[in-house]
Amino acid sequence: MPKYDIKVNGISKSVDVAEDTPLLWVLRDHLDLVGTKYGCGIAQCGACTVHIGGTAVRSCSLPIASVGVQEITTIEGLSEDGSHPVQMAWKEVDVPQCGYCQTGQIMTASAFLDKNPNPTSDEIKTAMHGNICRCASYTRIHRAVEIAATKLG
Amino acid sequence: MSTSSITFNRRSFIRTSSLASGGLLIGFNLFTACKPKVQPPVDISQLNFNDFNAFIKIADNGAVTIYSPNPEIGQGVKTAMPMLIAEELDVAWDKVYVQQGILDTENYTRQLAGGSQSIRLGWEPLRQTGATARQMLVNAAAAKWGVAPSECTTSEGVISNAKGETLGYGDVVKEAAIMEVPESVTLKEPKNFKIIGTDAQNVDIDKIVTGKPLFGLDYKVDGMVYACVLRPPAFGQILDSYDDTKAKAMPGVIDVIRIGEKAKELSKEGIGNWTVAMGKSDKVVVIAKTTWEALKGKEAISAQWVNGSVLESTEFQDKQLIGLLDGKEFKTLRKDGDINIAFAKADKTLERTYESPFLPHNCMEPMNFFANITDEKIHLVGPVQTPEFAATAVAGMLGRDVKDVHLEMTRMGGGFGRRLYGDFVYEAAEIADLIRKPVKLVFSREDDMTAGTYRPAIKYRIKAAIKDGHVTAYHLKEAAIGGNMYGLIPNFFPAGAIENYQVDVANYQSNITTGAWRAPYTNFLAFAEQSFFDELAEIMEVDRIQLRLDLLEKVKGSTDERIQYSPERMQNVIKVAVDKSGWGKKEDGVFQGFAAYYCHNSHVAEVADVEIENGVPVVKKVTCVVDCGIVVNPLGAKNQIEGGVIDGVGHAMYGDLTFMEGKPQSQNYDKYRLIRMGEIPVVESHLIQNEIAPTGLGEPTLPPAGAAVANALKAATGNRFTQQPFSKFPELMQVPTKPIIG
Repeated sequence: MPKYDIKVNGISKSVDVAEDTPLLWVLRDHLDLVGTKYGCGIAQCGACTVHIGGTAVRSCSLPIASVGVQEITTIEGLSEDGSHPVQMAWKEVDVPQCGYCQTGQIMTASAFLDKNPNPTSDEIKTAMHGNICRCASYTRIHRAVEIAATKLG
Repeated sequence: MSTSSITFNRRSFIRTSSLASGGLLIGFNLFTACKPKVQPPVDISQLNFNDFNAFIKIADNGAVTIYSPNPEIGQGVKTAMPMLIAEELDVAWDKVYVQQGILDTENYTRQLAGGSQSIRLGWEPLRQTGATARQMLVNAAAAKWGVAPSECTTSEGVISNAKGETLGYGDVVKEAAIMEVPESVTLKEPKNFKIIGTDAQNVDIDKIVTGKPLFGLDYKVDGMVYACVLRPPAFGQILDSYDDTKAKAMPGVIDVIRIGEKAKELSKEGIGNWTVAMGKSDKVVVIAKTTWEALKGKEAISAQWVNGSVLESTEFQDKQLIGLLDGKEFKTLRKDGDINIAFAKADKTLERTYESPFLPHNCMEPMNFFANITDEKIHLVGPVQTPEFAATAVAGMLGRDVKDVHLEMTRMGGGFGRRLYGDFVYEAAEIADLIRKPVKLVFSREDDMTAGTYRPAIKYRIKAAIKDGHVTAYHLKEAAIGGNMYGLIPNFFPAGAIENYQVDVANYQSNITTGAWRAPYTNFLAFAEQSFFDELAEIMEVDRIQLRLDLLEKVKGSTDERIQYSPERMQNVIKVAVDKSGWGKKEDGVFQGFAAYYCHNSHVAEVADVEIENGVPVVKKVTCVVDCGIVVNPLGAKNQIEGGVIDGVGHAMYGDLTFMEGKPQSQNYDKYRLIRMGEIPVVESHLIQNEIAPTGLGEPTLPPAGAAVANALKAATGNRFTQQPFSKFPELMQVPTKPIIG
């Protein structure tokens, strides 16, 4: 099997996997970074969101062969201790119910706020529309993004 | 102060001083008393730290660990149940460490998540557990000081006497461990609560937001392999033969095996149509080194299927259900008076039929389970709402002693009823028993949506009689697939409010597997009933709120012990909802709809506000008023309310699973619509303050949401929605060019 050298959370890693293996499963099964979640496998739910070169990407639909040398950031690398302003806002609002989708929500929100630190309510709704929360904790996700924006902005 | 007599025997209170980890702890095992004939687990001197599964551990440094016994599916019990213990133990909540208890049938009772019952049933015993521990610690301190226990007080884990001397719980834990268990303890009055009623963050919040391994899919051990299962593509089909040549040659694929023999044993017991279905067809399992390789290997299997029974389509099922409603073969669940006489004498009658589709649960974490089976032990780990049932069934299926089973519950990425059914546990166990390696069974999203235990498609037909301005008869008929409404529902509103009242049910046994889905049966019955009462008010030309209040008035003072709801509490939530939502006082362009419902022992009223945007009605806001008694954790409670309401709105608007020749027509989120951020209403929640023992909140706010929306859509469009999902009827979403009167 081909060997791929990737950079995850600032650390270089080498993995031996088939070229069509989605980044999601490389992270979860090969690198033990299980904070990135499997939800649908077809880029529809956002549970697997990571940052690649600072942009939010659906890792379930990105083959390892397409990753290249770009820097990958997962929830484990967003901060060492949960101190990123988006994570802090999530704690302040007490967003999660089951909690399964929340790492993907946080990764989408943090990439969005990097690009748009002062969003309107509607811009937040549009940015977060791609991430499903089956428990429907949406009102708290929205509030947490607003709070994170005030901390970042 | 209320004194609570404890029937717990002394032996149910276990303690140990020989810990593998060092330190001194006492453990309390009072739930054993709920099962009086159970013997204490083992010789306590043989226990070590990891074996010890009681509710509270207090280390000699005073550190407190509380075990939460019930599975956590997002409903918040892992936070709220330990709060009940901590309150009476009288420790600071922020110093308590909460840990998930494992399945332990000897020491716990009712370790399941379902029916919104954990807090209601845990209210007394969990507080008694805390209070008993506190009293023993006080008794130990009093003995040390040579004073009477009654002279001692506690606060945040510190005991004080009249002289102002203090001892920490850790200072007396050794002595407390050999004290007699008090025969009765005094529980706090609600006004003295320090923890109950305060906002407590989710106990797993730090782990959740940093992505720590918490869920079943995250669980991993050395040498673990992954399994993906190829199941029949259509309900009614069974496996004939398969070719695994290609799959076996794929990278990472270890083996391809056939399972089904053990499931056939299980299906003989016939626990629901899902176990029966499990026994009908064998399945093909791909074992691989990684999840992706197992998923890919499954795709490479070429299988032939034969039709074992009729391959049903939605159209066919609709005909069956309408046929049942039109027919005469019903089972009567409740009958008051004589509806036929009332209908014959009526001035007017109203009859409507309401129709719902199948719904998949769509937990965000797909079904999965870990199993490792050896001759000595059956090790099971994963997300299941019914761990005791699963452990017993696995032992039975494999012909093993249930004592061999060690089952650990992980945090669950959603439940909604799907994880009440252990099909994935049995599959994992059968695979592990054959391959004798630690294995993780993983469902793809497509597997999860197409091998469900769905909310059944149901149709209700309701008919009412009106005579001299009063509702004189109410006849509710249910035609459902795979089962009917359970025992207590016929005694919900309007039972007791209408003299002639009858509930009839009929069932069509489909081969499509069905089960409980968040607020089983009432999730759609509430829509039918509360839509119907709105229409009833319209043809009676009376105020729709007053009609409901008047009917409830008739139930007051009823001696009918079957009646489940409280008319006083229901009237109250209705009145508060009217007040808080600005009912009838909204500016032009805001169309409101009302619904109120009792289920899972809680009373809820909701008002939906619909506005027109770009010519389309949009649900902008839902005001939700809940009476669930004492609110243990308001922060968590409001999360449940907001989630339940939006879930209810979302499924009423979009939820739809249809079948064509036995095949589910949606397999993933590209073709199955769940509500998303851009479509949510604002949810304004109000919790009634009282001192009544708490009841459930995981389910009760969902059922009324669909009716509140439908009633608001009627106000906005003039059109009445009687079928879900509403999005399937775009023609009814047209807003009339002329304003609506009335």
